[in-house]
Amino acid sequence: MPGQLPRWADYVLLPAINVLAAFFVSGLVVLMIGEDPIEAVRILLWGSLGFGEGVGFTLFYATNFIFTGLAVAVAVHCGLFNIGGEGQAYFAGLGVAIACLSMDHLSWWLTFPVALAGAMAFGAFWALIPAYLQARRGSHIVITTIMFNFIASALMVYLLVEVLSPASSMQPESRTFEAGGRLPLARDLLPGLNLGQAPLNLSFLVALVAAVAVYVLIWRTRLGYEIRTVGTSPDAANYAGISSSKLIMITMLISGGLAGLMGINEIMGSQNRLVLEFTAGYGFVGIAVALMGRSHPVGVIFAAILFGMLYQGGAELAFEKPDITRDMIIVIQGLVILFAGALEHMFKPALIRVLAPAKTPLALDPAE
Amino acid sequence: MSGIADVPPAIELIGIEKRFGPVHANKNIHMKVQKGTIHGIIGENGAGKSTLMSILYGFYLADAGEIRIDGAAVRLHNSQEAIAAGIGMVHQHFMLVEPFTVLENVMLGAEEGALLKQSIAKARIELKRLEDDYDLRVDPDAIVGDLPVGLQQRVEILKALFRGAEILILDEPTGVLTPSEADHLFRILRVLREQGKTIILITHKLREIMAVTDAVSVMRRGEIVATLATADTSLERLAELMVGRRVLLQVEKGDAAPMQTALSVQNLTVVDDRGVTVVDDISFNVRRGEIVGIAGVAGNGQSELLEVLAGIRPATSGTIELDGETIKGATAAGLRDRRLAHVPEDRHRMGLVVPFEENENAILGYQDDPAYGSGPFLDIAGIRDHAARQMQQYDIRPPNPRLRTSMFSGGNQQKIVLAREIERDPIVLLVGQPTRGVDIGAIEFIHKRLIELRDAGKAILLVSVELDEIRSLSDRILVMFAGKIVGETVPEASEQDLGMMMAGIELGVS
Repeated sequence: MPGQLPRWADYVLLPAINVLAAFFVSGLVVLMIGEDPIEAVRILLWGSLGFGEGVGFTLFYATNFIFTGLAVAVAVHCGLFNIGGEGQAYFAGLGVAIACLSMDHLSWWLTFPVALAGAMAFGAFWALIPAYLQARRGSHIVITTIMFNFIASALMVYLLVEVLSPASSMQPESRTFEAGGRLPLARDLLPGLNLGQAPLNLSFLVALVAAVAVYVLIWRTRLGYEIRTVGTSPDAANYAGISSSKLIMITMLISGGLAGLMGINEIMGSQNRLVLEFTAGYGFVGIAVALMGRSHPVGVIFAAILFGMLYQGGAELAFEKPDITRDMIIVIQGLVILFAGALEHMFKPALIRVLAPAKTPLALDPAE
Repeated sequence: MSGIADVPPAIELIGIEKRFGPVHANKNIHMKVQKGTIHGIIGENGAGKSTLMSILYGFYLADAGEIRIDGAAVRLHNSQEAIAAGIGMVHQHFMLVEPFTVLENVMLGAEEGALLKQSIAKARIELKRLEDDYDLRVDPDAIVGDLPVGLQQRVEILKALFRGAEILILDEPTGVLTPSEADHLFRILRVLREQGKTIILITHKLREIMAVTDAVSVMRRGEIVATLATADTSLERLAELMVGRRVLLQVEKGDAAPMQTALSVQNLTVVDDRGVTVVDDISFNVRRGEIVGIAGVAGNGQSELLEVLAGIRPATSGTIELDGETIKGATAAGLRDRRLAHVPEDRHRMGLVVPFEENENAILGYQDDPAYGSGPFLDIAGIRDHAARQMQQYDIRPPNPRLRTSMFSGGNQQKIVLAREIERDPIVLLVGQPTRGVDIGAIEFIHKRLIELRDAGKAILLVSVELDEIRSLSDRILVMFAGKIVGETVPEASEQDLGMMMAGIELGVS
């Protein structure tokens, strides 16, 4: 077992260092293509936080990332690597659309709880089979959830082309919802904020509530205690009389449900119809968000906002600087994922040497 | 002993210092090990033995001080340099590739060139020579995973010799051996000594020090408190030096007053996942007010027996009764409700979730108890208060319930498990290896507690590979070999008799 950092360093300092390192390397890349990295950072920050509409878009994207990040984080606490947030969110969009299509003649606040339940139920359902295969058959959750992403993708194409698309339309999308299938937008509720066209909506508050609920679940309930025990030490869980297979099922259903909530933000909050590929990779970015947020809800919120800034600020940057193309932005996002995710432990040994050297020999004592 | 004055010592440590932040792991260590001797190093866990050996084997660099090998100063930056300096190490946990043959393991990392054929031929000749010189017989083509532990250890020693080791460090080498295997190891060590090798033996077993070493260094809190000629010292004296005060090696206990049967096992058989019969038709009883010890070499079915009784592993056939009611098939959680408590053999793997805070481990297995919350929620403040009280009561140090469990010493970790399991006033207490990796002070505490529990009328089943522990705590001893109970005996039985039974030889009525 590696040495241990104080909590604040583990949750705050280490991610901050990782992000700075990612930005430093990104800066070098920007320099290489002949642009000024300082200027690029300035545009990125201004584009994402500098004006009302930018902030609105940043928080809108962040909402997606909070949901998918929480989904991955909950699974991580049970020792599961749920890579299927993309497929679970995609399929959950169907649940949202069914609720909206059938209830949009009513008021939105009647549709909303049904759509929420639909999102969670459909998302959870998409995690159910991989969860069962992991719990009872030992099929690796990474493999099965990846496969379910493809299945979701194919299924949704079929449904949108053959079933949900109105007869009069050539587009592979459902009809647009009436007002009863649309969530209130922040730009209509708070016109003073000058949110422009930003689709920020009620889902953002749902995301914050979900983050609190995940915190309570993981650290304040018996179920969360059991989830963490299974995730940290399956043998100790077995000793304690906790059924790992049961916990794997429960956790994956919760994880899938959380990923599914992303459908509320995109389908009921923004698109107002079910469209192809509305998940646009948000499910995968959720993995990076959870890694960077150290699987803690507060960390997930901050990491989600950071990725929201990258999405929104990146779009502005590509607009302002033609040399920095959309692909460059993806490179920068990739670097953040690389440093925060894949290389998350790179700076850890050095940090431990500086901050917590006393604790290393205890952990290394081979007598234990 | 003539001539020692002119030969430089094989190892000389001069003023070795090592700090890890505020922890002073090695303080001004001076030590000389003469060539061709067996030098013991004893000390409690955390006394700095492992750190010192890690410095000698190149894992750590000392902050200050000098290492001299045969009189020449060396700086060892990694284990390759240590090997080059003629130092070999036999680790407590073997570093062997189990599916490889003995020969492949011995030459691993020392093969020359890209093609193996030539080096295999060379290694085979060299291995033969080593076997003859040191009387270390092992079949070079046997698969290591198929060999018993005693032979695997021999392969480790051969590995070190193959690399030209003149100095051999053995870290707790007898932990996994039967008494007779240990005797065999000591014979090998004596042969090695005769051939001029220098041996450092790290152990916490005082008897081994007395049996095999020429000199012994005692470590306490990072310092060498004494280096003595083994012939001039005694068990009691060494124990006192180790702990810094007088210790009771024998637990004081009165006679047991056994009452009615609490745990009854009839014809229990357990077949594991691989289809191996690990527990073979076992029957025994444990009565209230007695400690029944299960002796045996590790890996003879004791672990599986304990797991089945605790509801962690399913029984294949047979019956288990707790206070007259059958409990076969009950889950671990169900058995806890019926007041069967279990201190597992491996506290790191099972008894504790090591990265958790102490207070979280104090409820492991009891997380559904109404006392720890209401409905689905846990009462975090209440759990922490409860843990703080418990730490006071059981002298668990440091008394901080929010500290991560990995930060506690082995003895204190074991107290956390013990405190949790006996707090519920169990009827039956299953205890596996209660003092493995635990320092002497805590051993005393744990043994006293177990005797107190016995006297309070608990039925205790004790599984331990430490014969001394079994003998000093148990009222009756069952010996297990290859999944069967070979026989029952009394704690006063001679060590020879017990050793024979542990090797599977049934004795007459004892």
